[in-house]
Amino acid sequence: MTTTTLSRRKFLKQGGIIVASFTLAGPAAIAQQARAPLPGGLNNNRMLDGWIRINANGRVTIHTGKCEIGQGILTALAQIAADELDVAYERIDMVSADTARTPNEGMTAGSLSVEGSGTALRFACAEVRGMLLAAAAQKLNVTVDKLTVSDGAISASPTRLTYWDLAKDLNLKREATATAKPKPASQHKVIGKSVPRRDFPAKVTGGAAFVQDMRLPGMVFGRVVRPPSYRAQLVSVDEAAAKALPGVVAVMRDGNFLAVAAAREEQAIKAAQALRASAKWNESPDLPPGGAALYEHLKKMPSRDSVIKTVTPVGASGGKVTSIEAEYTRPFQSHGSIGPSCAVAQFKDGKYTVWTHSQGVFPLRNDLAKALKTPIANITCTHVEGSGCYGHNGADDVTCDAALLARATGGNPVKLQWMREDEFGWEPFGSAMVIKMQAHLDESGQIVNWQHETWSHPHSTRPMSNPAGSFVLGGWHLASPVPPAVPNNSPQPSGAADRNAVPLYDFPRQNILLHYITDMPVRTSALRTLGAYANVFALESFIDETALAAGADPVEFRLRHMKNPRARAVIELAAQKSNWKPNTGIGKSGNGSSGRGFAFAQYKNLAAYCAVVADVTVDRNGNVKVTRAVSVVDAGLAVNPDGIINQIEGGIIQSASWTLKEQVKFDRQRITTRSWADYPIFTFNDVPDVEVHIINMPNERPLGVGEGSQGPTVAAIANAIANATGKRPRDLPFTADKIRTLMA
Amino acid sequence: MPEYTLRVNGASRTVRTDADTPLLYVLRNDLELNGPKFGCGIAQCGACTVHIDGRAARSCVTPVSALAGKNVTTLEGLGTLDKPHPLQQAFLEEQAAQCGYCTNGMIMSAKALLDVNPKPSSAQIKTALAGNLCRCGSHNRIVRAVQRASANKGA
Repeated sequence: MTTTTLSRRKFLKQGGIIVASFTLAGPAAIAQQARAPLPGGLNNNRMLDGWIRINANGRVTIHTGKCEIGQGILTALAQIAADELDVAYERIDMVSADTARTPNEGMTAGSLSVEGSGTALRFACAEVRGMLLAAAAQKLNVTVDKLTVSDGAISASPTRLTYWDLAKDLNLKREATATAKPKPASQHKVIGKSVPRRDFPAKVTGGAAFVQDMRLPGMVFGRVVRPPSYRAQLVSVDEAAAKALPGVVAVMRDGNFLAVAAAREEQAIKAAQALRASAKWNESPDLPPGGAALYEHLKKMPSRDSVIKTVTPVGASGGKVTSIEAEYTRPFQSHGSIGPSCAVAQFKDGKYTVWTHSQGVFPLRNDLAKALKTPIANITCTHVEGSGCYGHNGADDVTCDAALLARATGGNPVKLQWMREDEFGWEPFGSAMVIKMQAHLDESGQIVNWQHETWSHPHSTRPMSNPAGSFVLGGWHLASPVPPAVPNNSPQPSGAADRNAVPLYDFPRQNILLHYITDMPVRTSALRTLGAYANVFALESFIDETALAAGADPVEFRLRHMKNPRARAVIELAAQKSNWKPNTGIGKSGNGSSGRGFAFAQYKNLAAYCAVVADVTVDRNGNVKVTRAVSVVDAGLAVNPDGIINQIEGGIIQSASWTLKEQVKFDRQRITTRSWADYPIFTFNDVPDVEVHIINMPNERPLGVGEGSQGPTVAAIANAIANATGKRPRDLPFTADKIRTLMA
Repeated sequence: MPEYTLRVNGASRTVRTDADTPLLYVLRNDLELNGPKFGCGIAQCGACTVHIDGRAARSCVTPVSALAGKNVTTLEGLGTLDKPHPLQQAFLEEQAAQCGYCTNGMIMSAKALLDVNPKPSSAQIKTALAGNLCRCGSHNRIVRAVQRASANKGA
């Protein structure tokens, strides 16, 4: 941080120079709606029977375009359906994310599933319940208001009818109207309960729960042999030698794409090793420099520059201000799924069937069609769970690999799982980022100018990120390649690289800038929270730095600039639950070895509000341990409280691991992070105690929580380290060597 | 290919495969057991953990030829949906997972701990599970589940 005092006029000039170098994005096109908009996912999937089936056998089938990725979404959606339909939770069967059977709800991402699919189901189920009651009223020759319904049994004393009796004549082949109102919170019986996860019993007893557990008749095993570096070209490989190995069914080479299938899994692995050993590649040193040089390099790369938001042009009457600026950096980071990506594919009679843990079966189908050079109609994609992904890992790519290889296995299905080194070497990483913050404080301790400037690669290169290209890896490597296209940054208010760069605080003058670097020498895409992790790290660290300059307590200083009542409530309760003691100087309440930090964000400025208070200890060697984290979250209507706690708690632990330990390593040619030894993450002894408090807002709509706590966690840890040591860490991750240097 | 006879979850099973085939693939593919998972293949993550003669072992680096006369127990051997082992029951009661991919290794390592130390402290549990990676951040729930199983077993 540098602190200087200067006149407002000078800031104006500096600000003016920066603004002048940007091109303002044009106003967003206003979408023309041909039909009346419907709530949530109903808008693009308007038929009621696409969502709900009432079956004569007493079961209810709910179809959702969202998928289970370990976040508990299918449990929460079943709770919503049960309450709105007035049937027991146990009657609900869930069908999810299948291009042949479910609504197309795009990606399961962005903490949007309860909002999108949950909202659709609230309205659709309320409407179907109304249709069933109307049908019953007609049959019983009474008015609807004389009917009561409980677990699908409709009573009009003394007679009774059930949904299952009415199912045969119920026609749901019609568009939803969203005219039936979902129930008020006072009538919820299952919503708001911590219903246990429906997928757990199989997972704790060895039931088939994952795509890795699929076994089909005649199935063979596949492995892919990826190039040693991103842009390596295959010169030669001994296919014949691999083909001669025991059990080998097929060796496939198409350009730089190399894969093998065998009767047994270990045979496929051995054949892949043989191929790798004999392959000769041409490589060039085309990766950026590592360490601190990476960030200077990033700032010099060509970028699309834009003003994300500007509030009140800078300029005011005189008066002294204190100018503060600081720069924050975040390295490339890995999803680090425990189970490497896996898919099963079958190619028969010109049609592909794939089972995938992709977060978006419909977008994937689209990009697969390009890579496989076949019409979309020839591909069926069905979601089956995989290991937790936390964003765009190898799920889509491995599906393409399996589908390509399935062409060579004579109609037999092939299960292809990446090896650990494939996942680390080829998954798209969370982008390295640089964030420069500037602020002016006036003499009364108010922030009067605020500038947030982010440099970043893209945060979504998922399938369909740009319809002009294909975003599955296998296609890029073919002799006749199907390359990606330049992705676009998602617009505000959610943003992507600039996610949460816009402060929720009421700063009177703001300038939010983005340098979007579309060239990706290191492959990047969506890692949980996209740019929000680093943007909140910078924003909420810088708030503390500014509070220090103002001589203010960090919590009081936040409240001083925050009008949003729900944000204030979360901040205030977090201070209370953590027994926050006001402190007005860095290192003042810490004793050199222990400290406490506060941070807050509303994810995307649209989803859950979350505050985190972190306690840390720092030893003389610079080792940081997070001992405890207290969190408060407002997720609107809390559909499944334990599910919310699980997401917030897990997010805190994962973010703390990113923050203290994680960075992808590479030399000028290759990604060198290839195993867990190269990429340490938190283990049990690193994990803090975590306490999560929910502010339930039963009359508000539910807000996504899956990405709510990661941003506040990194900043709370940074602020706690500053509090403990009197030194400000700004370069992630906070490894012992960096903190030791900082303290020296 | 040579033939190997293994004792898995109390039953004798014969498989035909190379001597160096990792036990993991025999369990998953020949015996169609889902519990042990492939995570890293080099004993760094613990997802493939099974018991060999009652001791936790990494099935991804254990060759099938080393198992003559030994008893292998997998997650399926602990309990079933209808009759879950106290640890399985405790994992359900604590909702001690998110994605559940590491769960096999957590339960199998915890079982090995409880077998030698029925009343471990939370620090002992953390140390015993330190070689098992979880990415979702379910660690604290897992520790509570092991404590719960420990308490229930003693009751």
